[in-house]
Amino acid sequence: MSTTQTDTRVVSPLLRIAPTGMYARRARMLVERSVLVSRKMWLIILSGFFEPLFYLLAFQVGFGKLVETVQGPGGQTMSYVAFVAPALLASSAMNGAVYDSTFNIFFKMRYQRLYEGVLATPLGPLDIAMGEISWALVRGVLYAVAFFAVVSGMGLVTSPWALLMVPVAILIAFAFAAIGMAATTWIRSTTDFGLIQLVLIPMFLFSTTFFPLSVFPGAVQVIIQIFPLYHGVELMRGLATGVLDPSMLGHLAYLVVLAVVGMLVAARRLRVLLLR
Amino acid sequence: MPQVSAPTTQATGRVVRSPHAAWLRVEGHWQWYRRHWHSTLFSSIAQPILFLVAMGMGFGSQVEPSEATRNLPYLVYLAPAMLVVGALQNAVGESSYPVLSGFKWQKDYWAVTATPITPGQLLAGQQIWIALVIGFNGCAFVLIATLLGAVQSPGILLSLLAMVLTGMACSAPVVALAATVTNDGNAFNGIFRFVVMPMTLFSGTFFPVSQLPEWAQPVVWLSPLWHGTELSRAAAFGGAEFGPVFGHVAYLVGLFALGIWLARWRFRRRLVV
Amino acid sequence: MTTVGDGVLVQANGLVKRFGEFTAVGGIDVAVRKGEAFGFLGPNGAGKSSTMRMVACVSPRTEGELSVLGMDPDRDGPRIRARLGVVPQLDNLDTELTVRQNLQVYGRYFGLSRATVRAKATELMEFAQLSERADDEVEPLSGGMKRRLTIARSLVNDPELLLLDEPTTGLDPQARHLLWDKLYRLKQQGVTLIITTHFMDEAEQLCDRLVVMDHSRIVAEGAPSALIKQYSTREVLELRFNPGEQQDALDNGVADLVERIEVLPDRLLLYTENGESTLETAHAKGIRPLSSLVRRSTLEDVFLRLTGRSLVD
Repeated sequence: MSTTQTDTRVVSPLLRIAPTGMYARRARMLVERSVLVSRKMWLIILSGFFEPLFYLLAFQVGFGKLVETVQGPGGQTMSYVAFVAPALLASSAMNGAVYDSTFNIFFKMRYQRLYEGVLATPLGPLDIAMGEISWALVRGVLYAVAFFAVVSGMGLVTSPWALLMVPVAILIAFAFAAIGMAATTWIRSTTDFGLIQLVLIPMFLFSTTFFPLSVFPGAVQVIIQIFPLYHGVELMRGLATGVLDPSMLGHLAYLVVLAVVGMLVAARRLRVLLLR
Repeated sequence: MPQVSAPTTQATGRVVRSPHAAWLRVEGHWQWYRRHWHSTLFSSIAQPILFLVAMGMGFGSQVEPSEATRNLPYLVYLAPAMLVVGALQNAVGESSYPVLSGFKWQKDYWAVTATPITPGQLLAGQQIWIALVIGFNGCAFVLIATLLGAVQSPGILLSLLAMVLTGMACSAPVVALAATVTNDGNAFNGIFRFVVMPMTLFSGTFFPVSQLPEWAQPVVWLSPLWHGTELSRAAAFGGAEFGPVFGHVAYLVGLFALGIWLARWRFRRRLVV
Repeated sequence: MTTVGDGVLVQANGLVKRFGEFTAVGGIDVAVRKGEAFGFLGPNGAGKSSTMRMVACVSPRTEGELSVLGMDPDRDGPRIRARLGVVPQLDNLDTELTVRQNLQVYGRYFGLSRATVRAKATELMEFAQLSERADDEVEPLSGGMKRRLTIARSLVNDPELLLLDEPTTGLDPQARHLLWDKLYRLKQQGVTLIITTHFMDEAEQLCDRLVVMDHSRIVAEGAPSALIKQYSTREVLELRFNPGEQQDALDNGVADLVERIEVLPDRLLLYTENGESTLETAHAKGIRPLSSLVRRSTLEDVFLRLTGRSLVD
């Protein structure tokens, strides 16, 4: 049998862009593993829900008293808490996804050497990337639904469009999980996580989460609009208030592209790292 | 071929005394820090500054000076409190995973206590190091905050003392916890999310505690961050009274002492068996 | 172009692995037949693990030909891995799962049904003598238990070819013998084994055939007994002296007694067909060692002769 024969088998489009051996269509097996593990970590999973809730509470009783109203989408005046709530949903989707796809993945890759074991089976790097990102999304969905329930219970959303906030939260989580996982493959040691924080915290603080874009000087406004989270926040706020405009399609496209690129880069980098 | 000679090895047999031994440990930390300082720069200095800019200048642009902000611009009102928040976060960060790693991953604590240095001296070295880091980061914060126009009086230099004290009061109990846990440090996630986070939001840093519901106020008294913030603002803005200042300091010193006592017990338990 | 003969599971021709400038495997030819236990011996850094990773289809080759189970790892990686069992050098068990869950989850990666993996896990825990620890976490298990679990895990898909990278490094003698026992049983069941090791006794115990690797190349190949015959004498005479007297013995012409002598800091090794008669001749020449020992040549003598006594890394 010749070892250099060309491959003439028909492959699916996803496999055509990724080299063979990348994907065995068993990503769900990794999700199964995560579900098993999560039974022991329910407290941590539960805690992810409290973080945005603490913030919301602080805005309700504290910040909201210092600043009663701000200018919302479409120039209308709205209560400060209602202004912040959708942004908190967006940023908690981001934070949860990044945490899952950076710290957790790094530990599994470097210290636990989990993926070495997985790659000795028919599974490939794309299975790993998709499996782990899917799990981050499952958690993201849980958080988003719970937070949405609280926000609507407090009467902070005023439009039926707000129901779409949940799928948008999932998209945000997807995009950040994919990018986070890709970034993690470049991390050499735990001290490099500082760099991830270096990106994440300014994004969390300045993506019009806590105050409108107009507060920034003109040049800085342009930079803010490059932040992926800014687009997530804009989408959320528009949906929460029911003020829709065509620019939202642009925000949507930005996040979708980010998600797809992130996942492909992550799978490729995993191959470089683990299959060398 | 080398000739076999009679044994000539002779151990120094030297045992270093207590304060010096702890200081040797600090030197060890310094060697690490010299190689890796840039990686800690963000979490230790940039992060509190970013919060100050975002909340003080960004959110603060929407806040009118009022009684709630002691009639000061929000940025100025926030600066001494953010200084103490930085101490809290640095303290917990430096006392959690790095200490657990000494026992579990890096295992350098075992290497150190195999020398004449005792667990107690090791702990003292760790605490002195954390205090130095917190103090240094605090100075950097004050410098940058001054450049940003967030400082109006030299009293903030006194706030640095409050800051280091608060940091140590928060550090020691976490060191004790880190010396106790054996798993991958999941407990720290709980500390970050259920203690540090709510403490940061509800200890009077961003808005007066009086805005909280009545039942919540006694809970706030438990927060070392609230005591530290009160001290820090009193130092920066003046108007300190002896009674409250004494109470705050006593609480923080007490918490620190309790933490050290627990940590010493846990260090011995784990390293000397 | 070489064709894979009947019953050859792994065939490598001119196999090369380079990491940048560094050559880990510098062109080796190997054929592993069905049902045999095949060993890769060599000091640390000789290229054993890199070879194993290429055979396990987790490391693409740089040059040369490689066929595993009649397929090309570059193209059919997942299909080959589906029929392999891999025991890595360092255990990579899932520390977040229990013993039983480790086996079940791993079986799922091979696409086995839940019912199958449940039954399989019970059977394998029995095999690895871990049934009593079934629902314990992996972390507190002893080194030997972890190793047995890793081996049990590698069997979850009933592999035709089992790759073991230094399976007993770091284990105590009891645990090693237990593992050898398990591996021997597998071999009897018809599983083909490829083992890397730097324990000579392990290679003598387990391997039908082996190659010795040094500096990324194969320096010898054959059955353990054949290698001893080829590269060493039947027996070795070890002589120890009082400090300083060893040199006198050398000056006295002890080296002339045998074809090959090795001078170590603390003793002389004389390679000979008959140790007792060599010792008598030495006595006759007036050589008075402090102590003497006659022993059979082992694979270790072969190994040290081929790869030298100095450290490689």
